[in-house]
Amino acid sequence: MTKMSKIVRTIASIAFPFAMIYGLYVIAHGHLTPGGGFQGGAIAASACAMILVAFGSKWTLDKIKEKRLSVFESLGGIGFIAIALLGLVFGAAFFNNFLTGSNFLFGTIPATGSGLADINTGGVLPLMNFAVGLKVIVGLFVIVLVMAYAATSFKEDKK
Amino acid sequence: MSTRNIAAVIVFSIVAVFFIFTALLMHPFGVPDESDMDDYIIDNTQEETGANNGVTAVVFDYRGFDTLGEATVLFTAVAGVIMIFRRLKND
Repeated sequence: MTKMSKIVRTIASIAFPFAMIYGLYVIAHGHLTPGGGFQGGAIAASACAMILVAFGSKWTLDKIKEKRLSVFESLGGIGFIAIALLGLVFGAAFFNNFLTGSNFLFGTIPATGSGLADINTGGVLPLMNFAVGLKVIVGLFVIVLVMAYAATSFKEDKK
Repeated sequence: MSTRNIAAVIVFSIVAVFFIFTALLMHPFGVPDESDMDDYIIDNTQEETGANNGVTAVVFDYRGFDTLGEATVLFTAVAGVIMIFRRLKND
């Protein structure tokens, strides 16, 4: 995939931060509003895919390091399982929500029924949302990136 | 019409009748027969998990194993895509 026109590239650069912020917002508010790690990760990954489409896979691969993507995806997966295992250590079972009701992080329990949302609630749910979100962003972006790069190199082989 | 077409029409009509009867026998929308689990989750989610979003509470807390499987599926998909396209590049 080669670069697209300058108009497309400019619009993509302007829209990228907003799309990224929206995706991260959906991830961060996963325990309060509709959405969560998977959905917000998909939004943020589509923002990255937009950059990829506008600037081409060669440019994108020059800018980022492949190693770092693998580290981030592994960090998401390991973090998710680590939080689940911490439930086994501090709580009763695997995936136990040990932070709810504690005075530590995200420990507040909201009043039952509808009311104003408090970001400091949810126990381990926000942490798991972050882990899964990181994993989904990097995972989906890697899928698109590898496919785009393979298509480019395949075309060059044919020439 | 050939015999195959006639047979197809007959089979299609039987299946359509079954579907229509099933649709007519369904309980009305929004009034489930068994709602014990729904009621439990709606009543206790905020107290037990501290999250206002019941769906996220179910996905990450009550059914955490399911999400672990989903994350594994995503990982496998990424690994498979990378495997296929790396191969193509080296040929």
